[in-house]
Amino acid sequence: MAIGVKVLKRPTASTSYLRATAKGMMLTASHIFRPKVTMQYPEEKGSHDWTMASRWRGTHRMLTDEQGRAKCVACGLCPQICPANCIKLVPGEDEQGNRYPLIYEIDEFRCVFCGYCQEVCPEEAIHVGWHYENAEYSRDRFVYDLERLCAQTHPVSTLWDPADPKGE
Amino acid sequence: MSPVLFFIITSVIKMIVVFTVIMVGVAFMTLVERRLCAFMQDRLGPNRVGPFGLLQPAADGLKNIVKEETYPAFADKWLFILAPAISFTPALLTFAVIPFAAPLATKWGVVPMVVADLPVGFLYILAISSLGVYGIVLAGWASNNKYALLGGLRASAQMISYEIAMGMSTVAVLLLAGNVTLSQVITEQQQGWWNIGSLLVAFFLFLISALAETNRVPFDLPEAEGELIAGYHTEYSSMKFSMFYIAEYSNMLTASALMATLFFGGWDLGLVHWDASQGLVWWQVLITLGVFCAKTSFFVLLYMWIRWTMPRFRYDQLMALGWKVMLPISLVYLTILAAAIWYLKVELGMSYGKHFAQALTGVNVVLFVILVWVLDRGRIVSGTALRKAA
Repeated sequence: MAIGVKVLKRPTASTSYLRATAKGMMLTASHIFRPKVTMQYPEEKGSHDWTMASRWRGTHRMLTDEQGRAKCVACGLCPQICPANCIKLVPGEDEQGNRYPLIYEIDEFRCVFCGYCQEVCPEEAIHVGWHYENAEYSRDRFVYDLERLCAQTHPVSTLWDPADPKGE
Repeated sequence: MSPVLFFIITSVIKMIVVFTVIMVGVAFMTLVERRLCAFMQDRLGPNRVGPFGLLQPAADGLKNIVKEETYPAFADKWLFILAPAISFTPALLTFAVIPFAAPLATKWGVVPMVVADLPVGFLYILAISSLGVYGIVLAGWASNNKYALLGGLRASAQMISYEIAMGMSTVAVLLLAGNVTLSQVITEQQQGWWNIGSLLVAFFLFLISALAETNRVPFDLPEAEGELIAGYHTEYSSMKFSMFYIAEYSNMLTASALMATLFFGGWDLGLVHWDASQGLVWWQVLITLGVFCAKTSFFVLLYMWIRWTMPRFRYDQLMALGWKVMLPISLVYLTILAAAIWYLKVELGMSYGKHFAQALTGVNVVLFVILVWVLDRGRIVSGTALRKAA
């Protein structure tokens, strides 16, 4: 025996294989009749003790103004700060000199969902969404263009807990 | 209709029906096992395909058939292909001699409800079931993978060790019946009572060694996921992998049916004993079939219950249990039992019947209490450290 191994003299009741087996089998049998914890996903998406955090960062959404145009002013801050380099922005300018995005594309495959774009946006235009069901039939469907970003209807992320904004 | 033609027709029908029922039964056992284990873990288990997940086995089968088959680069290709078949065939063959219902009387003659009512009955089961180990060993060897080989080695050592204890425990049944034909064993149990009483200790030993023979928890060392990935079938994919599963579950089904036949009276109802020597009418046969199925499924469920309760033995514990505990106990038990039967038959001149069975039950209960008392001391299945200290 290895040096320093202390062998405990346990009482019979705790070393008996038969008793332990019987006890274990009673336990497993009793669990058969207990309520199940499984959440049946496509039908149930939350339960009384499980909800998705409001800070969840999912696929993006572009907010629009009253005329239905994207709030984006093509300032270029979000492609600048994006650590995954997944935002493609080509700015344009209309007759009044207002900047707007000619092309605004987000590659959701490259995105790391850090939420910096939402944090940096001065117009509160681009947001990460409170959303997670992203199945598509082809890979190019994951490059969201401006139209699609504006058409998203899911709620947006709060990025921080409203009850504790400073993270204390 | 000539007797030969009648025999051939009924045999073919019985073969087809038994084969189909076993394959379907095995498919549903996988589902039952998954649902049961889920319930024991407070989950729901597969309930998506069909009502209550009843079509899950069909979906699994379909998936396994269309999956890609992979062959390890350095595998022995012929043996690799042969191994699943070798483990699959004996698993199904063993069921051939188990009577699943009372004989049916027809106007052309009596149809025994067993695929082959062999006079060597039980010896055939011992012979065929030990062939199953070849499939596992060859699978482990042919895969050319160290984990698979270790699994195969463990399987061969384990199955050979426990085969002895299993054979010894069933010798008790054969001593009492004086015959190895399984239908005779059932008739014998109808005259006295079920062997579970008169051969209680033998049943206990048989239950344990049957667990080991079928590589089920707590003796599933050949496929120990934690240490050997999946043991002998690590390298297998698609339907070949599935074949090992079918083999495992049909072994389990056969072992359960065997326990029902040897110790729980087979298709016998228990309260009323129907004399089946001239065959029975169809509704009686159906009832006996139901009784047999109920007994068999009880043992299948017991297997599953044990599987999802117990942890796995360590390899040295397994071997120590097999050779140092099971074998001596079964030998001593056999000696005592043979002496008891000799005393009752020769010295007291009793013939087999109710009183004979009662006397044997008395002997067995005493022996069983002693056995449990010894096992409960905690010296038999314990850690190495504890054993060395003792």
